[in-house]
Amino acid sequence: MDQRTTIVTTEPGGVPQGLRDFAGDWAADQEVFRRVHWGKAMMWIFLLSDTFIFSSFLVSYMTMRSSVTAPWPNTAEVFGLNVFGVSVPLLLIAIMTFVLISSSGTMAMAVNFGYRGNRKATARLMVATALFGATFVSMQAFEWSKLILTEGVRPWYNPMGAAQFGASFFMITGFHGLHVSIGVIMLLIVASKVWRGHYDRKGDYSAVEIAGLYWHFVDLVWVFIFAFFYLW
Amino acid sequence: MNHAPMHIVEDNPPPATHAPGQQHPIKVYLQVWGYLFVLSTMSYLVDYFHLQGALRWTLIITFMVLKAGLIVSIFMHMAWERLALVYAILVPPLALGTLILLMSIESGYTFWTRVIFLGGGG
Repeated sequence: MDQRTTIVTTEPGGVPQGLRDFAGDWAADQEVFRRVHWGKAMMWIFLLSDTFIFSSFLVSYMTMRSSVTAPWPNTAEVFGLNVFGVSVPLLLIAIMTFVLISSSGTMAMAVNFGYRGNRKATARLMVATALFGATFVSMQAFEWSKLILTEGVRPWYNPMGAAQFGASFFMITGFHGLHVSIGVIMLLIVASKVWRGHYDRKGDYSAVEIAGLYWHFVDLVWVFIFAFFYLW
Repeated sequence: MNHAPMHIVEDNPPPATHAPGQQHPIKVYLQVWGYLFVLSTMSYLVDYFHLQGALRWTLIITFMVLKAGLIVSIFMHMAWERLALVYAILVPPLALGTLILLMSIESGYTFWTRVIFLGGGG
């Protein structure tokens, strides 16, 4: 949108306009994130810092797993489920993945309906997102209690082999679950404000998009946890 | 990399009656939702069919990167943001490559120390 006010100086074969704008935005000695809602820019910076936190966990998991000499438990069996006498590997985690992806889908739709000014659809979709999130956390609680009570895994001990498995499992999934729980609370707060027409009076639905950014990030982190912790 | 979608937005400026912000057709989100389901199913099948070795790791990483890319670019609207914001957020995590490299060297050292001097224990 901003580019319509910028003089287009691109010559054929020259530096693309997007890169010229990038250099201009950073060199202008003014606001760097031009025409970006301040809350959105701040949420992105927070998410960048959160990226480094989760990366630290995942890198320390990598370090522990590749330096350990005791056997690492087979995650496919540990997180499998028995369905009518047939054991399906990793079924619980697969269902959790689909639940979280669906929640991201409903969240994206909520942002879209918000900017269209459809108050009720936005609130309903956000509540649906929160319900998916709560389902995810409940399944995680089930997973944790199964691992703690039935398998006897502790953060410092693991009867199936490497003790580091317990440490990284509780740290990584615990921190992610905490993010999901906080996200559910935040979604419900924003959804109730949407429902009461707060953003209609303000004429600005950016808060829904900012809440959405956080929620999609939680889904994004799960993509990496799913790949590295459960599938590797 | 983000130029094409940006121009689509510019060519169809939203009517003045709408609030400003990211407005894209619902169809885009539904498609991405579908792709994410398919990619997740495929990465689950990698485990289900017990694929091992380099093939397993390549497939897992490929599906992971594709899913992450779809979420960041479409759901989080990075494809339509100004490059000043895109680069500020997406370039710093590249530094993690150094951390991963250092720690994989370090963990190799720890592993062999355990095997050689601690009798495989520790």
